[in-house]
Amino acid sequence: MGIKIGNAPFRDRVQEGIENDFMRGAVSSAQGRFRSGRLKAAEELGDWEDWRTLGEEIRSHTLQNLDYYLEQLSEQVSKRGGKVFFAQTAEEANEYIRNVVQKKEAKKIVKSKSMVTEEIGLNETLEKAGAEVVETDLGEWILQMDEDPPSHIVTPALHKNKEQIRETFASKKGYKNSDLPEELATFAREQLRKEFLSADVGITGCNFAVAESGAVTFVTNEGNARLVTALPETQISVMGMERLVPTWEELDVMVSLLTRAAVGQKLTSYVTSITGTKQEDEVDGPEDYHLVIVDNGRSKILGTEFQSALHCIRCAACINVCPVYRHVGGHSYGSVYPGPIGAVLTPLLDGYDDHKDLPYASTLCAACTEACPVKIPLHEHLVRHREIIVEKEKKAPRSERMMMDGFAKWGSHPAAYKLSTKMARKALKPWTKEEVIQSGPGPLKGWTDVRDFPAPSEQTFRSWFKTRQKGGRS
Amino acid sequence: MKVSLFITCLCDVMASDVGKDTVEILERFGCVVDFPETQTCCGQPAYNSGYVTKAKESMKQMMKAFKHSEYVVSPSGSCVAMLHEYAHLFKDDPEWKEVAQELANKSYELTQFLVDVLGVEDVGATFSGKITYHRSCHMTRLLGVTEAPYKLLKNVKGLEIVDLPLCEDCCGFGGTFAVKQPSISEQMVKEKTEHIAETGADYVVGGDMGCLMNIGGRLSRDDRQVTALHITKILNSH
Repeated sequence: MGIKIGNAPFRDRVQEGIENDFMRGAVSSAQGRFRSGRLKAAEELGDWEDWRTLGEEIRSHTLQNLDYYLEQLSEQVSKRGGKVFFAQTAEEANEYIRNVVQKKEAKKIVKSKSMVTEEIGLNETLEKAGAEVVETDLGEWILQMDEDPPSHIVTPALHKNKEQIRETFASKKGYKNSDLPEELATFAREQLRKEFLSADVGITGCNFAVAESGAVTFVTNEGNARLVTALPETQISVMGMERLVPTWEELDVMVSLLTRAAVGQKLTSYVTSITGTKQEDEVDGPEDYHLVIVDNGRSKILGTEFQSALHCIRCAACINVCPVYRHVGGHSYGSVYPGPIGAVLTPLLDGYDDHKDLPYASTLCAACTEACPVKIPLHEHLVRHREIIVEKEKKAPRSERMMMDGFAKWGSHPAAYKLSTKMARKALKPWTKEEVIQSGPGPLKGWTDVRDFPAPSEQTFRSWFKTRQKGGRS
Repeated sequence: MKVSLFITCLCDVMASDVGKDTVEILERFGCVVDFPETQTCCGQPAYNSGYVTKAKESMKQMMKAFKHSEYVVSPSGSCVAMLHEYAHLFKDDPEWKEVAQELANKSYELTQFLVDVLGVEDVGATFSGKITYHRSCHMTRLLGVTEAPYKLLKNVKGLEIVDLPLCEDCCGFGGTFAVKQPSISEQMVKEKTEHIAETGADYVVGGDMGCLMNIGGRLSRDDRQVTALHITKILNSH
């Protein structure tokens, strides 16, 4: 599918999200859990702001020296018997992986959750090549059965409830039990166990790769990445080119931030690392290991004012605090990356043409910036995007441009400003009833469609101040 | 102490009482308040919509208007946060760089000025009623003013303050967002006003007119028995 999900216009996607009561209930209760969990975990850790600063410094240092660390990582993986492939585009990554799979004559592939493989549309490529791809993260497995894209980067099936999941299991897998989460999970475990045991190739994403040792690390709660990496003899890890840390020491910091910011946990149930192929003195490990490092537009972001967007560790803290995401849900963004980080990242990776509405899907309340564990100034990036859309891409509507021309004249000519403020009450009089405007003209319509607009004051402040008796109210 | 009032375009036109109350509060604490007549708008509507070049025209006008002021005080956290941003926006402009930094340094939101500069926590106000407080996003997150309004409100005689659930969530105003994305804005303000109504408060109080017009407009549309009030109204009641 790739980074873009769906072709409906932004407005329609949003409307669909708003009308999906069930999804909104699920999102707001999940946001509640994630928010309080994150705050509690941050408090327990203590010095959260210092940790954020450290996280930002590590990410910033790594990005500034990305070429060095990527080379080091590549050398280490190669030294341990792994093959490293740098894919400039999604197509190159998909083609490389397809070749590996075809060479192995692999029939079944098990995958652990990976946003970058969603971004490049890997499953589709492999399925077209005749392989069966099985997602083993519970949420991803459910979505795969429903052919539904993820709506959240950590909990991809956040928009579904247990009744819907029961139905999916029943219609797609012959499930006969209740919608009790324990029974659903037991069924999923039984089903997935068979898949793990019969898979020819395992594909993972990568939370962080450690440059000094070549270890590719996965953070999960379900342990599925451990099984994906432990059973099939052929392993492929796919990573965004920015997802690495210099040493184990920085990995410690980043994992501490990631699990707390994402789900409010000190540590997830599993943190798994895979370092190249099985060595002579080792009892197990993959026979064949491939690390695919994906650029797909990332290097274009390096060195620009948006570089810090690459600091992202995909924790979804920004999504969990976002009041816009809360009401419209993940699919409204039309990208595999939803929420504030999605609105920043998607136009950078996939251009403005299909995603020019995303930077406006924010009130700039800065809750995202405040929550980000690596201090990405998300709301500022959204303003920069708007600036580019208006001033460079010239994609703003004509009516808005004219209004802003007027604004600039108004704001820079005090006499005109004074006159217009004085006239405001009179100008709005035809629409005013009992000091309230319920159906306003022109640009006011968007406002009055959903709330009342007050009538302007009888006298502007400035005219009151001018004629005011010293110290008096009138 | 000489203080220049930055009224903000919204208060100037839509809520002149906020300005009157601000002047009276400042005068009560010995400030000599002047009103530079050539002030216009901080530029935020254009800036936040991506029209940075156009916003700067308004910003330059503001810098000229307040060039000689000692302190600039305003009844809006959001507009003052915008003034602070000038320092960053003009940092590479040799003509405006310094004056932008000076304006940022001397600009304060009203409650911030009262508490941090004048050292006042009790303004001697009396207001009977039950209120809940809407902490606006730009005042708290961009300007960093989180405690000052609460400190002042706690000392108002007769006032009962109740907590607002999910007070950290934006009300859905967002400047031009309210008219550009009315359907999303509607959901946000709907949830906000539902939480406000749940508190059983008679008034929802805030320090930013934009949020208050949004919240108040929805309260009025839904005929809710809660009134949106700017904090200056409470602080200037006796």
